[in-house]
Amino acid sequence: MSNHGIEEKKSKLQNKARQALDKKAAYGSDLDLSSEVSTVEEAPLESLKNLDRRIREASLLAGMNTAEKERSGSYFQKGDSAIYARVQDAYEGKVEIMCIEDALQEYPWLWDYWWSMVPVDMDKYTAAVELWGKGGYFMRILPGARLDQPIQSCLLLDEAGASQRVHNIILAEEGSEAQIITGCTVSPEVKQGSHLGVSEFFIKKGAHLTFTMVHNWAEDFDVRARTGVKVEEDATFVNNYLLLKPVRSIQAYPRCVLEGDRSRSRFNTIVYGQENSELDLGSVIELNGQGTRGESISRALSTDGSRVMMRGRLKARSNDVQAHLECRGMLLSKESEMNAVPELWVEGAPQADLSHEAAVGPVSEEVVEYLMSRGFNKDEAVSVVVQGFMQAGIQGLPEALENLLRQTLSSMSEEAV
Amino acid sequence: MLQLRDVTVKVEGEVILKNINLVIPRGETHILLGPNGSGKTTLLKAIMGMGGAEVEGEILLDGQNIADLSVDERARLGMGIALQKSPAVPEISLQEILQITGEKHGTDEMEEKIESLNCGYLLERGLNENFSGGEMKRSELLQLLVQDPKVVLVDEPESGVDLDNIVIIGEALKRLLKSPREIEKKRAALVITHTGHIMDYLNADRGYVLVRGSITCAGNPRDLFEEVNQNGFEGCLECQITE
Repeated sequence: MSNHGIEEKKSKLQNKARQALDKKAAYGSDLDLSSEVSTVEEAPLESLKNLDRRIREASLLAGMNTAEKERSGSYFQKGDSAIYARVQDAYEGKVEIMCIEDALQEYPWLWDYWWSMVPVDMDKYTAAVELWGKGGYFMRILPGARLDQPIQSCLLLDEAGASQRVHNIILAEEGSEAQIITGCTVSPEVKQGSHLGVSEFFIKKGAHLTFTMVHNWAEDFDVRARTGVKVEEDATFVNNYLLLKPVRSIQAYPRCVLEGDRSRSRFNTIVYGQENSELDLGSVIELNGQGTRGESISRALSTDGSRVMMRGRLKARSNDVQAHLECRGMLLSKESEMNAVPELWVEGAPQADLSHEAAVGPVSEEVVEYLMSRGFNKDEAVSVVVQGFMQAGIQGLPEALENLLRQTLSSMSEEAV
Repeated sequence: MLQLRDVTVKVEGEVILKNINLVIPRGETHILLGPNGSGKTTLLKAIMGMGGAEVEGEILLDGQNIADLSVDERARLGMGIALQKSPAVPEISLQEILQITGEKHGTDEMEEKIESLNCGYLLERGLNENFSGGEMKRSELLQLLVQDPKVVLVDEPESGVDLDNIVIIGEALKRLLKSPREIEKKRAALVITHTGHIMDYLNADRGYVLVRGSITCAGNPRDLFEEVNQNGFEGCLECQITE
C-alpha cells in the first residue's frame, strides 16, 4: 500500500472509530471506557529471565515459558509496552515476531490486512483499540515453514486500574505449520482493570495453525476480545481457549470464515465460571468454501454466583459442508446461571450438514452413586466426573498447560462436592 | 456372611419392602425371583445403600451392621453390585475405572480378566456410553471381578442379552462366585433373575420369591422356579411354602 493509501486508510478508520465510540456491543454487559487509564512506559528487556519473579510466575500460569525452552519465539507485552520480541536462532527465516506498530512500519502491505477481519466500528471496544490502542503482536510464519516448537506470547497488566488495548495480527503463510500459545494475565497484586483485544488471523493455502489462549484475570477485571479469522483453501485453524480464574466480565465471540475450499476449523473451549464472573463466550464458524468442515466443542462449569452464556453459531453458505457444535455445561451451585445458545444457519445451501448438541445440568447423583459403589468416595467420584467433563473439551495441550488444567480441575472438583 | 434382619425399605415415604429376612452364608449363591415391580432391584440397591431408600432393620455384613454406612463405605468393606441398568459415564473410560478400581482393591491379572469377558475393544470408550445390553453386562461383571467383593449383588445379568453373551456372562459369573477372594473367604451372592437362564451356570443354593414387597417363598431355587412357571407368582402368595 502506498504512503498516501495508508494515510487515507488511517484517516477513514479513525473517523469510523470515533463514530462508534458510544456503540454498545451486541452481547455482554456495557463497560464505561471513560475512566480507562493507560500504563507507564516500560523499557525493553534483554531476556525474559530479567522479569520480576512475581511476573514470571504469573506468566507461567498463563502458559509462558520464560526460560524459552522448547519455544521457537516469544513476545511479551507489559501494559502498553512491548518489552520483548525474539525469534530463537534455529527458527530465523521461518517466523517473524514483532510489535504491531513496528510491523506496520516495516510492511506497508500489512495495512491491507489491518481491520479486514474485524470491523473497526463493530462496537465501542474496537473503536477504543483503534483510537487509543498500543501494542499487540505481529506473528508471521513464513511460507512452507514448519515450526516444531510453539511460539509463545504473554500480554500482562501490572498496574491496578489500568487498561490494555491491543491489536494482534497473525499470518500463517502458504503451507506453513505452527502452534501459538498466548497467555493474557495480570500480576498477583492487580485485581482491577480492563483488557480490550483485537486479533485478526489469516491462514493461507494449505497452512495449519493451532492457537491456544489462556486467560487468567482477576476479580474486578473486564475483558472484551474481538477476533476474526480467515482460512484459505486446504488450510486448518484450531483454536483452544481456557478460562480457569475468576474475572468480573468477559465477552468474546470470535468469527472464523472458512473461505477456501476444503478448509477446516475447530474451536475447543474450556470455561470455569467462579465467584461473580459474568462470562459470555462462544464462536462463529462460517462455512463458505466447498467441502469445508467445522467443529466447535465447549465445556463450561459454573459455581458460586457466576453467570455463563455459551454461544455457538454455524453458518453454511455452500453445499457439501459439514459442521458440528457441542455446548455442554455443568452447574455446581444453586446461585450460578448458565445458558447455552447454539445456532445453525443455512443460507442457500440445501445440502449443508450442520448439527448441534447442547446440554446443561448438574453433576448426576446417579453417576456419583454408581462410582461410589466401586469404592470411590464422594469427592473422588465428583472429581472424576468434573475432570473428565472438562478435559473432553481440549485435546493436545502443551504439557505445562495440561498440568495447569489438571491442577485447577482438581481443586475445582473439591469445591464441587 | 450377609444377613438381613427385619428390613423394611421406603422410597419417598412409600413402603416398598416389608420385613425382609434372609441369610446368605459365605460360599453360597442365592437367587431372587419375583414379578416386575415386586421390589427386587430396590432390595439390591438398599443392601448396597443406593437409590436414596430409607431402611429400617439391620443389614449385617459378617456381623457388622452396615445399614447406616454410605455406598462407598459398604464397597470398601467388600460389597459389590452389578446393576441391571447402569448410567453412562462418558467422563471416564472403562480402562480408567478399571485401573482406579484395581488400585483401590489391589487386583492383579487385569488383562486376563478383560480378555475373559471380551472387553478389550471397550476399554477406550466412555464407561457404558452407547454400550449394547451384552456389553453393559460384561462391563459390570468385569468391574466386579476387579473389585473382588466379599458379597456380590447382581441384578438380572441375562436381561437384554443375546445367547452368545449369556454364555460369556454366565461363565464369568460362575467364575466370580466360585473363585474365593482368599482361601477360607468365599463370596456370598444374591442374584436376581427373571428368566432363570442364568441358573444354568450357577450352582445356586437357595431361592426366594419376592411378591409385593415381601418374601413369600424360600427354598430350592429350581423347585421355586418350576413352581413359578406352573402357577405364576400369584400362586406363591397362596402356597407359602417357606420353610
